[in-house]
Amino acid sequence: MEIRTTFHKRLRDIQDELLAMGSMVEKAISRSIEALKNRDLKLANQIIADDRKINEKRFEIEETCIQLIATQQPMAGDLRTIVSVLSIISELERIGDHAEGIAKIVIMIGDEPPLKPLIDIPRMAEKTIDMLHRSLDAFMSCDQEIAQKIAAEDDAIDDLYNQVYRELVSYMVEDPKTITRATRLLWVAHNLERCADRVTNICERIVFTVTGKMCEIDASKY
Amino acid sequence: MSVNYEVLSNRAAPTSETKLKTEKVNLFYGTFQALRNISLDVPKQAITAIIGPSGCGKSSFLRLFNRMNDLIIGARVAGAVEIDDIDIYDKDVDVVELRKRVGMVFQKPNPFPMSVFENVVFGPRRHGKTNRHELAGIVEQSLRQAALWDEVKDKLGQSALALSGGQQQRLCIARVLAVEPEVILMDEPCSALDPIATLRIEDLMRNLSDDYTIVIVTHNMQQAARVSDMAAFLMMEEDRAGTLVEYGPTSQLFTNPKDKRTEDYITGRFG
Repeated sequence: MEIRTTFHKRLRDIQDELLAMGSMVEKAISRSIEALKNRDLKLANQIIADDRKINEKRFEIEETCIQLIATQQPMAGDLRTIVSVLSIISELERIGDHAEGIAKIVIMIGDEPPLKPLIDIPRMAEKTIDMLHRSLDAFMSCDQEIAQKIAAEDDAIDDLYNQVYRELVSYMVEDPKTITRATRLLWVAHNLERCADRVTNICERIVFTVTGKMCEIDASKY
Repeated sequence: MSVNYEVLSNRAAPTSETKLKTEKVNLFYGTFQALRNISLDVPKQAITAIIGPSGCGKSSFLRLFNRMNDLIIGARVAGAVEIDDIDIYDKDVDVVELRKRVGMVFQKPNPFPMSVFENVVFGPRRHGKTNRHELAGIVEQSLRQAALWDEVKDKLGQSALALSGGQQQRLCIARVLAVEPEVILMDEPCSALDPIATLRIEDLMRNLSDDYTIVIVTHNMQQAARVSDMAAFLMMEEDRAGTLVEYGPTSQLFTNPKDKRTEDYITGRFG
């Protein structure tokens, strides 16, 4: 018979809030790439404005976690869950900042002619969003095996980043007039690469939540 | 009068109505002043915890609300104590009726030496209910509300004294609920119970606070933090009279108290 039903409900509420924050962040990355593809400055500005809501959500969840720690004396798995939520919302907030960073690059690019069709960058974004989504599902279901698998997928993102890097450098070498445009795309790819690294950090927190062990899952190549 | 709420620990927000209120209350036991100038609004359908060091007047303060202090020779109250804006120390107030509206649970479970059933119907019988069918309904409803029904439904005729400590305390809560009070006062309701029984009572309190106004006195700060929506910190002045140092939402009092004395007390720097 469950005894602390009220406390456990509040714990589940926090996890739901974390999922809601995750959705906001996924949407931000997806829209930042849409803005890049379509040169949509209005959308880029909207992403920058919406990042504030992500930051507010983070503070709101953080405050609730602090209240739960101060008032409910969480133990064992409950304590690890709350501590992990505090870490994960920080990662999510930073992923949101990366999306905002891409939106700022879109504004910088303005109406410059495109350097090349975008293929690998949208693929990186799609893959990163998918990893993020599944990592939060793994957190909710306390599935550390899936978390470890997702973290391993960061290698694929690194490979894509490497590919984008080599391609853009070749453009720059061929025609130095492309350096500015190529560098901006490189920044976009770098932002996405960092997002995936942060998903790996989230996966490490899932392992901690489930097993109590702090571990570093294969550090990124970059 | 309405209460100014900040964040109420993300719990279901109670109504902003005030149920109980004290206005510059002073309590004397003979020449000794036990409480000084305490003004406090207790919100309806929420849990308000009174904390403070031993002897600061927490229990005396609680007993103002059902005039239990009247039973102490030489006790005298100055200032106003109100329930729904009516002064309960007014000479026209029927104390028996008041104590029906304001039930009380004590530190040590005190079931009467009779059956579980008879314990629950004790109050309703005194208030004139005699229909066996109606009383059986009251027993089931009260025991369900007190989260005890499933454990005792097959032994309603057995002695209440045979129940465990935690069950006895829930029975005492059921006994209070049976007379349909509006307010439940709890004076250290878990101090004689083991940790699991304690958590069970706390969860029960949270559920009851959807319908009842609860005021709890506890020397267990962690319990106050876990269970309450509002918390009041009392301490003694030099002449040992209890005063209110700080009162506010529990989430705020335990994370960011406004008064340094509260901070020192809850962080264990004095007590």
